[in-house]
Amino acid sequence: MALRRARAAVGRASVADPATGPAGEGLGARVDPEALRVRELGASQLLRGGELEGPAQPAHLEGADLERHVEERVMTTTLEKAVAWARSNSFFPATFGLACCAIEMMSIVAARTDVARFGYEAFRASPRQADLLILSGRVSIKMAPIVRRIYDQMLEPKWAISMGACCSSMGVFNNYALVPADKFMPVDVHVPGCPPRPEALMHGVLKLRKMVLDDPDMSWRERYGAVGTEEVLPGA
Amino acid sequence: MPDATGLELIAQELGSAVLDTVYFRERATLEVEPASIRTVLARLRDRGYAFMASLHGVDYYPEEPRLGVLYELLDMGRVDRISVKLRVPCDGAEVDSAVPDRPGDLGWRTASHQEREVYDMFGVRFRDHPDLRRILMPEDYEGHPQRRDFPQGGEPVLFTYNDSKRPRAPA
Repeated sequence: MALRRARAAVGRASVADPATGPAGEGLGARVDPEALRVRELGASQLLRGGELEGPAQPAHLEGADLERHVEERVMTTTLEKAVAWARSNSFFPATFGLACCAIEMMSIVAARTDVARFGYEAFRASPRQADLLILSGRVSIKMAPIVRRIYDQMLEPKWAISMGACCSSMGVFNNYALVPADKFMPVDVHVPGCPPRPEALMHGVLKLRKMVLDDPDMSWRERYGAVGTEEVLPGA
Repeated sequence: MPDATGLELIAQELGSAVLDTVYFRERATLEVEPASIRTVLARLRDRGYAFMASLHGVDYYPEEPRLGVLYELLDMGRVDRISVKLRVPCDGAEVDSAVPDRPGDLGWRTASHQEREVYDMFGVRFRDHPDLRRILMPEDYEGHPQRRDFPQGGEPVLFTYNDSKRPRAPA
């Protein structure tokens, strides 16, 4: 609505201004900079919600009125909070399925529990583009180094969700073959279930969202007290 | 399946290689001498059992000899199955591999991965196998996890009844 009024204002301004000649002049015609400025101001005023004519025009406001006008329209925050807000509403999960939980993980992208409502629908095929690793299934001791490598390849900030009983506590495969995820990588959220329903995974992702909103700038080493365990030392 | 009489006929034809015949629930099994396994498999192939449906291991602990290897053969023409079983002791368990070709005796290619699995899980070594490595467990894994005296591993599961016994981290 405001946009349409702004467009109309641009048209009116050009008709009213004798310097630019009649409206509908051909492309490439010379435009008087002064007249253009007037048209721009009129359009942006309408976009801000002000009237084109009369005392309510922001350009005519002064003193306390101007302060109030700005306060009503501008929100201030810290950069960290703004960044955390953006991050927590746009996780890029890695396309990485381990076992049967992966089927449930896939279905959170589908219509019923549409994860795109929260902005997490962009599953990335490369760990270097992803910032969320959902361990969906059992991790065998042969797979564990591979999972760890994928986690290491992800760029900070990064988070991990351990989905289902198997990769949290080895579940029904509590034997020689499996290893729980906490033994070889930091996990932020554990989602119980065998397998968890898509709603449960969704709940876990939203818990993680809350966590990211609360603690904006913590890398996983800070979160888990692992500073100094870097494989590549600075300067090496 | 050959019926009980048919099984006896096959056993008679194979002679001293067969130690025992078992006919149980319409399932015919030949128990054979481990050293003669290639001969037995070749003779059964000549009789029409040309498809090896499965090769797997068993641990009969505490019976001796402990380990067993089972070969499930299938005659695709008559839809007829027969099992061949051999038993080897746990220490130095070694059986001729069914994989390599021999003069006048074509190998069973399908046995390659399955023998690797039996080796991985039970520690039966297959002589002359082209590539006898572990297949499921990591290469540096120690022990053979499907043996019955192998610790089950894993972690104690916490329920409410044993929660009080759970080791706590020092405060």
